[in-house]
Amino acid sequence: MLNLRELQRLLGGELLTPEMNLETECSKIFASDLMSDVLAFMHPGSVLVTGLVNAHAVRTACLADVAAIVYIQGKRPDATVMEEAVRRGLPIMTTRCSMFEACSLISKRFPEGGG
Amino acid sequence: MNEDAAFRQEFEVKGGDFAKAGEVSCEIKNLLKELGLSDPVVRRAAIASYEAEMNIIMYAWQGRLDLSVTPDRVRIVVEDRGPGIEDIELAMTEGYSTATPEMRELGFGAGMGLTNIKRNADDFAIRSEVGRGTRLEMTIMTNGHRT
Repeated sequence: MLNLRELQRLLGGELLTPEMNLETECSKIFASDLMSDVLAFMHPGSVLVTGLVNAHAVRTACLADVAAIVYIQGKRPDATVMEEAVRRGLPIMTTRCSMFEACSLISKRFPEGGG
Repeated sequence: MNEDAAFRQEFEVKGGDFAKAGEVSCEIKNLLKELGLSDPVVRRAAIASYEAEMNIIMYAWQGRLDLSVTPDRVRIVVEDRGPGIEDIELAMTEGYSTATPEMRELGFGAGMGLTNIKRNADDFAIRSEVGRGTRLEMTIMTNGHRT
């Protein structure tokens, strides 16, 4: 279990929605660029690690009860997508880590598996 | 159709309108939350609705979602005008997809949609006529606590 603030520190992440609550605890992580898989297999309350920066990722996240989105490779959604994330109350951060690096760092905090 | 629904609303979905994909289902999710349904029920209905909405946008020309809610169930009937499905059994196979590369770039078209609707619904029916369109009926019981 770690909260979003700890996750941000762990990944050297930049929070793109600074006004949002980072004390939310998350026990599950789901890494995918395939929103079909997020809808089919992700546990509610998970953090979504993805490289997909379009509005569909934000809408999928909201519909599937994602706790926060972490974008990899320093990716950032455009202003319209960010506005939608803020409107829907979805915390967003970006990290310069690759998907592999981000998952490796996170997995050390979840020795029992976080998927 | 549920004539005695405590709440009922229809939503139009335009085929090919990828920019708005998911907006109807987000609205449905908010409505169900406002009606006080439990989180797992709201999530299952929202996911099933979203998969159906995406199918209209990806494959049909025009479609409609009819949401009705009674104290014991959420029912969503989805009807589209579109090419229809020739082989429903094949379309219900996990991983089978006729999605274009453009759809896949958006993160969809993995061939999970119909099976995921069935997985999230307590009752699911599909009927399709080639060249005319497809009709889905899904029911989620409000006392269910599956996740």
